[in-house]
Amino acid sequence: MTTTASPPALGRRDSAEPSGAPDEHQLEIERRRARRRQRSKNWSLFLLFAGPNILLILAFIYYPLAMNVWYSTLDWRLGAPSADPVGLANYQRFFTSPSGLEVWRVTGIFTFGAVAGSMVLGLLIALVLNKKIPGRTFARTAVFSPYVLSGVGVALVWMFIFDPQRGALMHILNRFGIDSPQWFLDPDANLWMVIIVYVWKNLGYCAVVFLAGLQSIPRDLLEAATIDRAGPVRRFFSVVLPLLTPTVFFLLVTNIIFSMTNAFDILRVMTPTGNGTNTIIFEIYLQSFGQFNRAGYSAAIAVVLFLTLLIITAVQLRFVERKVHYQ
Amino acid sequence: MSTTTPQAPHAATARRRSAPDWTKAFSPRNLADTLLAGYLPIVVALLIIVLPLVWMISSSFKPVNEIVTLAPDFLPQNPTLENYETVDRRIPLLTVLQNSIIVTSVGSAIKVLLAITTAYALVFIRVPGANLIFLGILVALMVPPEVSMLPNFMTIEALGGRNTLWGIILPGLGTAFGTFLLRQHFKALPKELFEAADLDGAGHFRKLFQIAVPVSLPAISTVALVTIVNEWNSFLWPLIITDSRDKMTLPVALNQLRSVEDTVASYGILMAGAVLVIVPMLIIFAMLQRYIVAGLTQGAVK
Repeated sequence: MTTTASPPALGRRDSAEPSGAPDEHQLEIERRRARRRQRSKNWSLFLLFAGPNILLILAFIYYPLAMNVWYSTLDWRLGAPSADPVGLANYQRFFTSPSGLEVWRVTGIFTFGAVAGSMVLGLLIALVLNKKIPGRTFARTAVFSPYVLSGVGVALVWMFIFDPQRGALMHILNRFGIDSPQWFLDPDANLWMVIIVYVWKNLGYCAVVFLAGLQSIPRDLLEAATIDRAGPVRRFFSVVLPLLTPTVFFLLVTNIIFSMTNAFDILRVMTPTGNGTNTIIFEIYLQSFGQFNRAGYSAAIAVVLFLTLLIITAVQLRFVERKVHYQ
Repeated sequence: MSTTTPQAPHAATARRRSAPDWTKAFSPRNLADTLLAGYLPIVVALLIIVLPLVWMISSSFKPVNEIVTLAPDFLPQNPTLENYETVDRRIPLLTVLQNSIIVTSVGSAIKVLLAITTAYALVFIRVPGANLIFLGILVALMVPPEVSMLPNFMTIEALGGRNTLWGIILPGLGTAFGTFLLRQHFKALPKELFEAADLDGAGHFRKLFQIAVPVSLPAISTVALVTIVNEWNSFLWPLIITDSRDKMTLPVALNQLRSVEDTVASYGILMAGAVLVIVPMLIIFAMLQRYIVAGLTQGAVK
């Protein structure tokens, strides 16, 4: 952008030497003026096209981010007209109080279970779907479908399946002489229940992404390994998996982020008050809109969540993108 | 338009190559192989995915005594619509459905339009700082709704938007996902497409609606479908901003239905509710899955 020379200086130079090639100067001024006019015309067009969206994003994403930082320093009940500034007490509480630490524990288990479950199962399904057999397009579609379904609807369906008195799972377990766990009462069982439902909803996404990764593996490498008498297991661990690392890391990062942010519907419907299922997003909701109305505390957790996601994304951009590619 | 032609020869060679395989496919060894290693795992995976949904549909037509029995049949013995009628009595079903349809269609239409114009501006209208603005949009993509929920609630409440449809729609309108996806797409369009229009002296409006949009219809459909799915399923924000049953969307109303109907006998009713919110998206997905999968796995598949 070298054209941003200050306009007043131009005018002065123009009047100082009237005789030396006036046409050139006149032309140059005209050109600059035209460029400036073009630029301001471009700006107004740009704002006409992109302005509304930018404004909405500023008002409903960036402004809330800033407001959260302010809210987080207040002892403020939702609905109360006034609030007391408390500095960093809300943060301190989230990182030191038993209930705050419990949120980290639950988030850790949920994230680990959800990510590991959907990635391992997704990879297995992708390996199966990677074979050239008729009907695999249909299978791929069917496996992906839960990913686009309403979390509320899915949660209702699985509540019926998990029901310890009349659920389908209870009937299946009874066949094998096992009593159904008290899925809705025991906090630990609660957590495993929502992890299972989340994995069910999410594994198709992983399968489809893995499948795309598998299909991009050059055929000649696999053929070379076969000629070297590598069996299917050896081929998988020595050829397929190393070449799949970019996909694995991509899915790892997106799944960690998704499982931390996308599970709200399932959690809210299956465990309305968060009995052992207070992951970080659910805690943000429960603290402000659940029974407590602790808006300031909730805002502090929201700020922590945002910073956590920022760090995960930064780590992904710094390391993963560069170091795991083979070509 | 010209981008579709290179694929044709590929498809042809693939078909030709598979022809000799076809006869080999029926050898006993290959059949056993395919069945055990190929179909068995697929069938297991399909059953795990599909059975819960079939169970939902089947149960939604069962009368109460077939729900509470300890020896349930897979299919309803005396199919009935009474579960759906109960849903309609508990929540104002038609109103709620209408709310969901309005929120989904109006919200998606505006979001798609904003995504198109923003992406176009970012790619084709040269202004200094456009990249910085794009970066700002990318960061917005990363902010989950739970983070902006509380301040947005304060804003919309102050504007008088509680229990209104515009209050449900407005905060979600700024679109980062669609903008991102369409920007990538517009950037890949061949420059020659626009050179003729430039020579004709066509303005940005004509270039957008007569060139960029028509050649980008698949990408725009992808954005539109993903947006429709998300709007229809959206739960957190409508849950917070509505508590009047006349202004609820379907997922919120079903959540309320769940808290009212909480005995073993009410699972039939809950399954009817689940069918109402799940089946429309299932149908859309079955018809247009190619676009939806492409949109949702964007970034993974280069």
